[in-house]
Amino acid sequence: MITAGIDIGSITAKAAIFEDGKLLAAKVIFTGYNAELAGQKVYDDVLSEAGIDKNAIAKIVSTGYGRNSVKFADKSYTEIMCHAAGAHFLNPHIRSIIDIGGQDSKAILLDDKGKVKNFVMNDKCAAGTGRFLEVMARALEVNLDDFGAMSIKSKQPSKISSLCTVFAESEVISLIAKGEQRQDIIAGIHESIAARVSSMVGRVGIKEPVMITGGVARNIGVVHALEKKLGMKIEVSPYAQVNGAIGAAFLAASL
Amino acid sequence: MKKQILEFLKTILIFSFGKFKKFTLHFKKTKTMKDMMIVYYSEAKSARLTGKKVAWITSGGPVEPLIAMGIIPIYPENYGAMIGASKMGGGLCEKAEAMGYSSDLCSYARADIACATINGGPLQGLPKPDMLVCCNNICGTVLKWYEVQARYFNVPLFILDTPICHTEYTPEIARYVRSQFDEYFAFLESACKRKFNYDRLNEVLLRSFRTQVLWQEILDTATNKPSPMTAFDAFFHMALIVTLRGTSEVIDYYTALLATMKDRVTRGIGAVPNEKYRLLWDNIPIWHRMKWLSQKFASHNACLVADTYTSAWCGTLKYVSGDNPIYSLAEVYTRIYLNIGVDEMAKMIIAMIDKYDVDGLVLHSNRSCKPYSFGQLDIQRIVEQERGIPCLMIEADMADERSFSESQISTRIDAFMEIIKERKETSKK
Repeated sequence: MITAGIDIGSITAKAAIFEDGKLLAAKVIFTGYNAELAGQKVYDDVLSEAGIDKNAIAKIVSTGYGRNSVKFADKSYTEIMCHAAGAHFLNPHIRSIIDIGGQDSKAILLDDKGKVKNFVMNDKCAAGTGRFLEVMARALEVNLDDFGAMSIKSKQPSKISSLCTVFAESEVISLIAKGEQRQDIIAGIHESIAARVSSMVGRVGIKEPVMITGGVARNIGVVHALEKKLGMKIEVSPYAQVNGAIGAAFLAASL
Repeated sequence: MKKQILEFLKTILIFSFGKFKKFTLHFKKTKTMKDMMIVYYSEAKSARLTGKKVAWITSGGPVEPLIAMGIIPIYPENYGAMIGASKMGGGLCEKAEAMGYSSDLCSYARADIACATINGGPLQGLPKPDMLVCCNNICGTVLKWYEVQARYFNVPLFILDTPICHTEYTPEIARYVRSQFDEYFAFLESACKRKFNYDRLNEVLLRSFRTQVLWQEILDTATNKPSPMTAFDAFFHMALIVTLRGTSEVIDYYTALLATMKDRVTRGIGAVPNEKYRLLWDNIPIWHRMKWLSQKFASHNACLVADTYTSAWCGTLKYVSGDNPIYSLAEVYTRIYLNIGVDEMAKMIIAMIDKYDVDGLVLHSNRSCKPYSFGQLDIQRIVEQERGIPCLMIEADMADERSFSESQISTRIDAFMEIIKERKETSKK
């Protein structure tokens, strides 16, 4: 049976195609203004990439903030459920997930069957999310994709004390004015995200092994800062960004 | 002339209460409630004409002595709920913030302080007070809030200080609070310039306690499956136990409401058409999102069968002494839900989880209400340890609609319900 999972996030839309427990293809595009259109486009793209006809898809599950805009889906689940399913598929031993997406971050605790035991989400605040990193990248005039590599060169991460994205941005601007090194400021930003996320992780009661998912998992600097802060190893899957879509496609198979 | 003014007031009030129709879900009795509230506010608004006095009082404050003295009690917090439900909270809070009050302050306080300075708000504003009665058994904010209003209206303020009973009600606390009740009666004597009527107070208290018994019985009908009512219904019907307990009309109203509920139970009618999951709500309602939340949970076949908020108005019945009701007043008002330690609160929540047989706990982390929200993380942990049921935390505000993020809360509720559904299915297997 071939199934599809579509994850419409605040910044990117992701799609994954599954056949009999195997991942055939995955695709990421920007969500943009129209979530419904993004869902349609990422689905068409992933199908043409995999060379599969629409009619061959037995079931579709949608997830993410735009899950209800995917009208052609058979069912929708929250991204909490889908990230759990995705992580469990990628590594059945995983007991905790840290998901850092565009507009929110979550800590999800799994039981030994990969079912969600508990979860915590960030409050109405962009600090500790992908959006926060985007704002900082703009202030520092650095490509966001270079953040990770630059930050691990830092020997003395700057201190970012503000908990708010807006205030943190002005703090970063004053650090630039003081002449602090870019890589140190970036490392400081990563540490502030790690501090923010680790308090959330503390609330849910983290258990090892831990996997990080969501777009921010691509940033090695954040992963290192989190590992340091939590004092534990964090598994990064090459499919971290499409993990929600993978979970959705996986769940679609059991509809 | 007097009659004309009264008629005019009635028109305004009928118009204002029309907005509350959306909560009148399925009870024939609610029309009576609307009428009663209209009469109540009309009387209060015309107090100057009828020579009656108006006292503003905190929601957890002892109202019975006011009723015994023929003083009309007005509740700025009840009004705050109205402001929230009419979605006027954000605007009024903004006004208070422009006046210099911090956005971290309670939204009821901000809205009330702002509303007093304008000719607006629901019901075109509250009737002006002749005196203020502030009891800090619900929070510390009320002290400063009432001081601000006492200065603004230039009226006397009585403060009843009820120390927090972290673990027990000590003899020292008892003596201290009891002596303040004597001062309270003396305060009312001087405000009304007549002797305090103790016999009348005894009568009012007996009626008040009877109302509380009735209210508890109404809430207890939710132990039935399906539940004939939801917490959203309780949030609506609670207006009378807050404002007019101790009067005979309220006894009649709740007697009829109880009969309606019992009838629904007999006929197996549930408040949520296909009740599959039962939940418990903690904290003050999100007044500006009642309809949305009630539909959201109902769409998951989930019924919020009970809550810690409406039950707070009958939670201290166990401390009532039938022989000497006046003597019980101090203990009844000191040991209320918000004035006890977190461990005690957790015990009460666990007792409710068992009593109403719920599948999950929804905690509203209310930005406004610090004493209510402060211990919630500990309570959540204790509940998870003791009963192992899923808990959901929703960050919002009771009256300030600016603190509500719909898509985030929607996702949280959906995910919470996914966990509950999966657990229930697994446990069936």
